[in-house]
Amino acid sequence: MEKSLSWPEFIITRLIQSSGYSAILFVALIFFFLLREGLPALGEVDISSLLNFRWYPIESYFGILPLISGSLIVTLGAALIAVPFGIGTAVYISEVAPRWMREILKPLVELLGGLPSVVLGFLGILVLAPFLRVFLNLPTGLTAFTGSLLLGGIAVPTVVSVAEDALDSVPRAYREGAWALGATRWQTIWRVTLPAAKSGVLTAVMLGVGRAIGETMTVMMVTGNAPVLATGLGSLFAPVRTMTATIAAEMGEVANGSTHYHVLFFIGIVLFIISLIVNVIASSVVFRAKKRAERILS
Amino acid sequence: MKLFAQNRHIVQRLGFIAITIMALVTVLPIIGTVAFILMKGGSAISLEFLSGFPHDGMRTGGILPAIIGTLYLTLGTALFSVPLGIAAAIYLSEYARDNQLTRLIRLAIINLAGIPSVVYGLFGLGLFVLFLKFGTSILAASLTLSIMTLPVIISTSEEALRAVPQAFRTVSISLGATRWQTISRIILKEALPGILTGIILGLERAAGETAPILFTGAAFFLPQLPHSPFDATMALPYHLFVISTQVPEMPIQIQYGTALVLLVFVLTMNVIATVIRSRARAKRQW
Repeated sequence: MEKSLSWPEFIITRLIQSSGYSAILFVALIFFFLLREGLPALGEVDISSLLNFRWYPIESYFGILPLISGSLIVTLGAALIAVPFGIGTAVYISEVAPRWMREILKPLVELLGGLPSVVLGFLGILVLAPFLRVFLNLPTGLTAFTGSLLLGGIAVPTVVSVAEDALDSVPRAYREGAWALGATRWQTIWRVTLPAAKSGVLTAVMLGVGRAIGETMTVMMVTGNAPVLATGLGSLFAPVRTMTATIAAEMGEVANGSTHYHVLFFIGIVLFIISLIVNVIASSVVFRAKKRAERILS
Repeated sequence: MKLFAQNRHIVQRLGFIAITIMALVTVLPIIGTVAFILMKGGSAISLEFLSGFPHDGMRTGGILPAIIGTLYLTLGTALFSVPLGIAAAIYLSEYARDNQLTRLIRLAIINLAGIPSVVYGLFGLGLFVLFLKFGTSILAASLTLSIMTLPVIISTSEEALRAVPQAFRTVSISLGATRWQTISRIILKEALPGILTGIILGLERAAGETAPILFTGAAFFLPQLPHSPFDATMALPYHLFVISTQVPEMPIQIQYGTALVLLVFVLTMNVIATVIRSRARAKRQW
């Protein structure tokens, strides 16, 4: 086909090609610069003191366990909210809602995805936290739970749009088959459509959780910023500090090249690897599902 | 089992009611949030607020430098991410073969989309601010935001390009056009509304982000507007963060007003994107 490319066309083709490859380059660059600035932390602080329960950088205590547990408990809370509500909303939009309702709901959910996280954090401080403090009778409204509620809201649009795509791609014949056998629409949703869309829904959950772990501004503003180890469900109603919030709050105040600086980058490496794992698993679930669909069709 | 069979229509009705309530509980707070900020912030908006500089430790005056800063950052982000994003989308849709390398590119794009925004901030600090010595500047912050927006622009543009029917390509090539002529004069033109939608949605995200610019270009307070891309700048999201957490005795009016301006900025972009998309869908003849 391409026997004789004129040279402007040749150059453009090469430019387009290298732009295509650029995504790989950027992921590699990000990882490289995180390692470059973060790995020195391992030389300056023992692994045993990194994996410790005390984060108090001023006195050189760099235990990141309280930060990891803070991220986990806030994310867990967010998932408990975003997964049922996200999947429920996706099922409603795709299977139950009349057409006009769908046309209203879809842009609204997209809008939630576009709300700046700092605006949600701002409302969290001014409205949600004072309300929860009085309503739940807590010493402070700035707790992991407040963060979970808002993070749930931030993760919902991701869950809804991916899960809805998955439900949409279930062939109509599956549903018609179930109806023809006498199943109600409700039974069809739970026993046919959702199981058929299982892998896509799983991807939705994974991506939603990934979104929640990585969220920074909202959690920094509303979770109270106390780096204490979360020990159980009680910690949900106490102030915590996540990995992301720690980086955002402290990076501005450290000297470049100090131990504290290196450790903050090290936390960045941990976050990068977590998001890498979440996304690789999520996308491999999709790929597997595609292959199975192709097998069924052939 | 028989009882269940008789009641299954009742079960369905209850189920539908429950799931409708769930969807409403998800969506109503969104409307509530937007309405609340529009209501509370409306009274703070005045010409002086929109066109003045902050005074008295930001407790009076306006937010002009933050508005201008966010405009600069959004434009700067567009400058880098739009050409690169569209070119990458063209590669994936028109040139890439289905092989291991293409799969790796797609995996990289998915991963870029999932990397936490604060990690982008660390990366921007390491590469642009320190290694390339751009300093905390509009340039460093825009470049950081560009890479963060790239996956959104690539995936929406690719989808738009792929939606153009194969026949358009076949006909153009058979009339003697080269591959690039086909892409630049036929395919891109047809896919333009979809690509625009993707660009605006990507930039909307960039305009609202705080964490990536925290250590790469955002300034707490500046007495004048930035003069060059190597200056730091104030920005609306960072300004809202500062005045709602860092400044004691901050008048609540100014906080709500700032939130309102940021929200309107982002919502306008969102609405434009939605309108472009639905108009293009209505007009499409293929």
